[in-house]
Formats: sequence, C-alpha cells, structure tokens
Amino acid sequence: MVTVAQVADAQPGEPFFFWVLAIASVLAALGMIFMRRAVHSALMLAVVMLSLAALYAIQDAPFLAFVQVIVYTGAVLMLFLFVLMLVGVSSTDSLVETIRGQRLWAGVAGIGFLVLLVFGLGDAAVSDSAGLKQANGEGNVVGLARLLFGKYVFAFEATSALLITAALGAMVLAHRERTTPKPTQRDLSKKRFETYAAGAAGVSGQHPGPLPGPGTYARHNAVDMPALLPDGTPSELSVNPVIAARTDTASRHADLYGGTEEEALEQDVAAVKAVTEEAEGAEAEAREVKAGTPVLPSNEGEAGR
Amino acid sequence: MSPGHYLALSALLFTIGAVGVLVRRNAIVVFMCVELMLNATNLAFVSFSRMHGNLDGQIIAFFVMVVAAAEVVVGLAIIMTIFRTRRSSSVDDANLLKY
Repeated sequence: MVTVAQVADAQPGEPFFFWVLAIASVLAALGMIFMRRAVHSALMLAVVMLSLAALYAIQDAPFLAFVQVIVYTGAVLMLFLFVLMLVGVSSTDSLVETIRGQRLWAGVAGIGFLVLLVFGLGDAAVSDSAGLKQANGEGNVVGLARLLFGKYVFAFEATSALLITAALGAMVLAHRERTTPKPTQRDLSKKRFETYAAGAAGVSGQHPGPLPGPGTYARHNAVDMPALLPDGTPSELSVNPVIAARTDTASRHADLYGGTEEEALEQDVAAVKAVTEEAEGAEAEAREVKAGTPVLPSNEGEAGR
Repeated sequence: MSPGHYLALSALLFTIGAVGVLVRRNAIVVFMCVELMLNATNLAFVSFSRMHGNLDGQIIAFFVMVVAAAEVVVGLAIIMTIFRTRRSSSVDDANLLKY
C-alpha cells in the first residue's frame, strides 16, 4: 500500500482538512460525470477545482492555490459556462447507449486503471516526504520566480507564443463571415407584411403588429400574468414564450381568486365590462357637460341638448 | 499526511475523469472531464514537489495550467463552431471523418 511513507513536515490539522477536501472533491467529481445537465456538471467541476486549490495551499504551494482559483475557477470555468449559455443550457445527454455495454466496460477499465496506478506504480514512486521548508525559505513566490526565470526561462518564453496562438486560433474559429447582406429595417418590415399577406386574409398569416404586453386589462402587471383581451379571456401571446413554457401561465388568473378557470374567466369578463361601462359612462358624462357648457338659465341650453 | 494519500486522491480523480471521457457524449462535458484529469495530474505534481523538497514540480503544474487554459480556449471555440454548423454538441453526431 502507498500510505506507509512517513512525513517529515506534518502540519497540525492536516489530516482533517485532507479528508474533508478529498471526500468533497471525489463526490463532486462523481457527481460531475453522473449529472445529466451540463450546467450541473460545470458547477460540480467548480467544487473539485476549489477543493484542489485548498489542497495546494495545505501542501505549501500558496501561489499555485491562488492561480488555481483565478485561472481555473475564474477564467476556465466561466468560459465553460458562457459556451453552455451559447449552446443552450437545457441541452441534456440522452441516456441511450450507442455502443452496447460501453458504460460497464468503461467502469471496469477505470477500476483496473485505478488499481494499477495505486498499487502498481504507487509503491515504486512514493518515498518519505522531504517537505518544502528549505525550498520555500525565501518565500514560495520568490522560489518559483527564481526557477521560472532561470532554469525554465525558455519554456516560459514558449508559453507566450502558445498563448498568442491560442487567442488567435479562438478568434479565427469563433469568427463568422457574413455571406448575405444584413437585412435593413425596411426589408424586415416588407417581409413581415408579405408573410401576413401569404396567409389567407390574415387567418394563418402572422400578425404584423406588436404583440400585446403582459398585464393589459389585467389588474396585475407581472410578466407571467397574461393580458386580458377585450372579452376577458387571457391572451397567451402576451407572455414571453420562455416563461409560458416553464409555468402554466394560462391558469394564473384562476390562481388569483382560488377558483376554477371558468369562475376566473367570468370574474375577469365582469371586471372588464364594469371598467368599460364606467369609462363609457364617464365619457358620456363628459360629452354631456361639454354639450351643456353654456349653462344658461334660458331654454336654449335644453334645446341644444 | 503522507504523499501517498495525495497521490491516491490524484489517481482517483484522474480515473473518474477518464471514465467520464469514455461515458459521456456531450462534447462540453467530455471537455470538463479532460480538465478534471489535468487538475488531478497537477495535484500529483504538487505532491511530488513536496515529497522531493524542491519547487520544480510546482513549476510543471504551473505550465500545465497555462497549457490547459490555451487548450480550453481553442477547444471551446471548436465546439462552438461544430454546434453552429450541426446544431448539436454530441460527440456521436460529428462523424464525417468516419471510414
């Protein structure tokens, strides 16, 4: 077994932190390969990377711990999340195996590989720990800098070429040349009316006007509350399709009153009617007042009406 | 804690990453598993650095991080390009080089 080697630079509390971080990282890694959604896998990967950063810090590598947090969890993982947003967050893997027995044999190969690494190579590679007290004497960052700009300076310079090439490559790959001219506002408007005319007198053609906004005629203006049409029925068009797909927005009005959908509909229709009548009444009144503006104590006023 | 513990953890994480590459078919998740494998090797490098008492292992881990960052940038750009043309990020769908 590999755990027989002795430690010269044991730190107080190290076993506790090691076991907590080891269990957290292994569980997160397992979660990463078993989660169906790619976003959840990315979050699990974040847990693994942060645990590894803490493990570096325990092992006298503070510089690498910070670089791990900044480069991996900060840059690389954000890049993953941005690409996931571009590709579609809801993309899930199908669970159908294309090669029969693929998972079983992958698991068997994994266990075999692990046994080979731990029991085969581990015994040969592990010796007593010398500790980094001496190497970190001037401080970890100074020690790393002496090596980086001394012994490994050519590798360091080659790294700059690599990074520039990678940045250029990403730009070339992600760039898309436009093959058709960008449609102007005029073209778009024309096209809208053409599709409208293509449908038989607007029955199947798409309506060229803007969609109704949420909350029109409703007594609530939340974005998930469908607008009420003049006859009191909720309009599905007024809700963003993304929101409509997630929650059943059609029954939102029913939820408000705690009744059935018919009751809600009746109530809405009554409310709209009441508002309309009130408005008409007010309008008529205003007309009356306007018609009777020259309020004179003579008979002319009545004749004018 | 002996270096053996850290190396065993590193081997375990590397194996989980390798199994993930074999099992998963979403190209982005496969890529994440590759990142996990790179991270596991970094842990091994840091442990070896402590075991041997010099900082060369940490320098190598640093270079691994740089290469991984460059690799992620180019790899994700490739995945995005494939997704744009084929509307899919499954590794089973990209099979034009078959036969």
